[in-house]
Parts: sequence; C-alpha cells; structure tokens
Amino acid sequence: MIYLDHNATSPPRPGVAEAVTANLTTTHGNPSSVHGAGRRARHLLDDARRAVARLVAVHESRVIFTSGGTESNHLALFGIAEAAEYRGTILTSAIEHPSVHKPLSRIAAHGMQVIQLPVDPLGRVDAAAVEQAITPDTRLVSIMAANNETGVLQPIQAIGTLCRAARVPFHCDATQWFGKLSLSTDVLGADLLTLSAHKAGGPMGCGALIVANALQLAPLLLGGGQERGRRSGTENLPGIAGFAAMAGQLARQIEDEAQRNASLRDKLEYELLKSIPDAIILGRGAERLPNTTALLIPCVDGETLVMTLDLAGFAISSGAACSSGKNSPSHVPMAMGWSAEATRGMVRISLGWDTTETMVDSFISVFQRSVDRLRKGSALA
Amino acid sequence: MAYNEKVLDHYENPRNVGTLDKSDAQVGTGMVGAPACGDVMKLQIRINEDGIIDDAKFKTFGCGSAIAASSLVTEWVKGKSIDEALAIKNKDIADELALPPVKIHCSVLAEDAIKSAVADYRSKQKGV
Repeated sequence: MIYLDHNATSPPRPGVAEAVTANLTTTHGNPSSVHGAGRRARHLLDDARRAVARLVAVHESRVIFTSGGTESNHLALFGIAEAAEYRGTILTSAIEHPSVHKPLSRIAAHGMQVIQLPVDPLGRVDAAAVEQAITPDTRLVSIMAANNETGVLQPIQAIGTLCRAARVPFHCDATQWFGKLSLSTDVLGADLLTLSAHKAGGPMGCGALIVANALQLAPLLLGGGQERGRRSGTENLPGIAGFAAMAGQLARQIEDEAQRNASLRDKLEYELLKSIPDAIILGRGAERLPNTTALLIPCVDGETLVMTLDLAGFAISSGAACSSGKNSPSHVPMAMGWSAEATRGMVRISLGWDTTETMVDSFISVFQRSVDRLRKGSALA
Repeated sequence: MAYNEKVLDHYENPRNVGTLDKSDAQVGTGMVGAPACGDVMKLQIRINEDGIIDDAKFKTFGCGSAIAASSLVTEWVKGKSIDEALAIKNKDIADELALPPVKIHCSVLAEDAIKSAVADYRSKQKGV
C-alpha cells in the first residue's frame, strides 16, 4: 500500500510508537499524584509541554493539551462564546472544517451572530473583508491557516495583525498547516491556535490549543483543574509522550520535508495535467501547502476513482463524503464557485514525511490508467 | 470493511461496456439519474425481429455499486423478451449483488434504466 493521504492522517514518525509504549509500560503514574510515580509522570508531562512550546515558540504556560483538533476548535469557539455569554458576533469563513462550522451553528442557535465570509475562486479569504466586517460587537475571528481539502493558505498574518489592532481575539485552526510547513510567526500570531498531533506524524487522540495567557476562555471540561483549569481530566500521557517525540523531529526536519514535498508535488501535478489536460487543480495559482493536490476530474466520480486506486494499492481520498446513499458534494470547491456536478469528480492527494519519488512515479502511471478506464465506461464522457 | 465480491467482479470486469447505434429503430436508449447528486446510467438494448433483446450495452458515471448494477443488468436482459426484462426488479439486483442499504438506490436506478430503455424503444416503434 502506497499511502498518499497525509491530510487525513500522517503515519507515526520513527520513535513515536516507542515513546507511547514506553509511557504505557514504565511511567504509568498520574501527573497529579504526589508520590514517586506521579512525580515521574509530571516530569514527563512538563518535558512534553516544553517540547511543544519550543516548536511553536511560546511560553509553555500557553500549551493546553487536548484530545485533538476537534476538541481544540470546540474549546476555542465555545470557550469564547460562553465567556461572551453568547452575545456579539463571530467572523469565520465558508471553507472551515466541520469541527469549526458545526460548533458555530450551535453557537448561533444560542443567539450569537455568526458571519461567514466568502472565498475567492482560488479559495482564499480576503483579509480586507475581515477588516470591514469587524465591529465593536465582534468577539472572535476564526479562520483556518490552510484548507484541508485544497491546501490553500489563508492570509492569516494580515488577519492576525488586523485583529490585534482591533483588539479582537483571533482563532486559527492550523490543523493542516502543522507538520506540512514550518510554524512561522504568521501562524503564531493567533491568540488561539489549534494543533493536532496525528496530522503531523504523532499519535491520534492528542492535540493542543495554544492560548494567549490573558484570554478569558470558559472551559468545556470541568473537574480536577488540569491544564491550568482550561481542560480538566487526567492528561493523555501516552499520547502526549508521542506528541513530544514527534515535535522534536518536526522541528529538525520540517524545512527539508516541505521542500522535498513541494518538488514531488510539482512533478505530480505536471505529469497529471500532461495526461489529463482537462483536470483542474483547485487553488492553483494561490499559495498552497507543499504537500496537497486537489483535483477535479470531469466525467469521473471521485469516490469511484478512490476505490479503483485502493484496489490497485494506493490510498488517496475523495472530496465528497458519501452518507446514506447520497453523495453530498464538498462545501469547499462549491464555495470557490464550482458546481455540485464538477465537485463529484474531486480527489485529494496529500504527500507527507515518508513520501518518496518512487511512490509518486508509480502513483502517476496508475492514476492515469484508472482515469482512462473510468472515463471509457462513464455515461458522461 | 472489504468490498463485496460480486460487486467487485462486475466492477473490475464490467460486462458490455460501450454503446449501440442510438439512431437504430431496434435500439432503445435509457438515460437515468442526475450527475450533481447521484449516479448516471446509460443503458442501451437492441431488440430483434422475434422481440428478444439480443444485445445490451451500458456506460455509468457513479460509484462501484452503480457500475456493477448496470453491468449485471446488461447480462440479465440479454436473451429476454421485453416483458421478461421489465419483470427485473431492483430487489433482484440488490439481492444478487448483496448491496448494503446505502447502495440500494443503485439497484433502483438500474431498474429505472431498463424501463427507460424499453420506453425509448417502444416510442421509436410507434413512430415507424
């Protein structure tokens, strides 16, 4: 199996499984206990927090460990909304992940106004539109760093700057950015930053919300007061140990990986467009993550292409999530102006830390053959 | 979860992919479904002087189950009279392919494709 679906999850980097196992087998204390086992666990937790803090260049007190991206987004959004007593306005975009969209729908049902800003045909939010939409009632701006489906980067540096000037907290869901590009100051300007370990080659079930110290945030989980009272519950220490092991590697390797993936991605796109000239690469011409290619292929059903490639030993994903027999086209290309019909032909290829040129080469030829085959039998071709 | 074996067989070795001459008075063409939210099937049948379907071809845009259902239908209708072909129900197709509930619509579409192809053939015959 050649795995080219790193935006879904990135396989654990070397050393991650060992760190998780070592914690489960040797450091089985509760970090809140005062005895020796507890103190060893506390020591490991503190070390891990420092490793993650170093990676995102903040003081360790800002790192709140969570169960992953979805929880981090919930904590950021409900935390702000509840602290604002569900009054005022939240600004967001039309292309956020469902773990931002859906909490915001519930927050809107509680009475807050949620304004969804559109994107341009290349899938970018306009920072000037964010600035114009900010009013004295704005309680939060929530815009992702990089879109999970297209890889298109959002103007978060500009948004962060204008939010600071307007004294409005800025939440940035950096789930897809993390592990694919180095965390520059653009991303780190956010008051609330969502990270997920498994998207970057760490274990699943573990993530973080990086929170500005003074920010008033109502906790989702109440109890023992762990994580500075922002997230109660005994810490997922095995996951956190794996997260820290991943963070150390990421800091050393991310620049090289990003460069290597960008050149593999460019080769992939060049070859695919050469043989499938009517295919469309979403967000081409915009700044994108170096690892992500989202394609619309006319006359082919994306889900069927994914299945064909699966049978041939390649893992990629389609844009559309199919449930209860109805294909619901992805909201991201639709927000960029593509029709539901065009969106049916969407597939996403995402490279990662373990992708080699040989993998990409064999993928290219199988992909071309699969598209040819499906088109030959397609009622639309 | 593994892919269903029968679906896989039809999907990997689809029977009767292709087209028949649409302008031939003996050929009925059925086109059903909508590309935006579902699958699209094109089923063509050719009826000989004895009223028997002697050839069938399909092209389908959609999921593996939709491709398998149309492939199966082309096999089944061959050698049948029109009335026998119309007696094929979506349940027969779903049972044969062991389709899960979320894929039943694929068998419904395949049944509709037969009806649509027959209707096209009959309207052509009236016009002759």
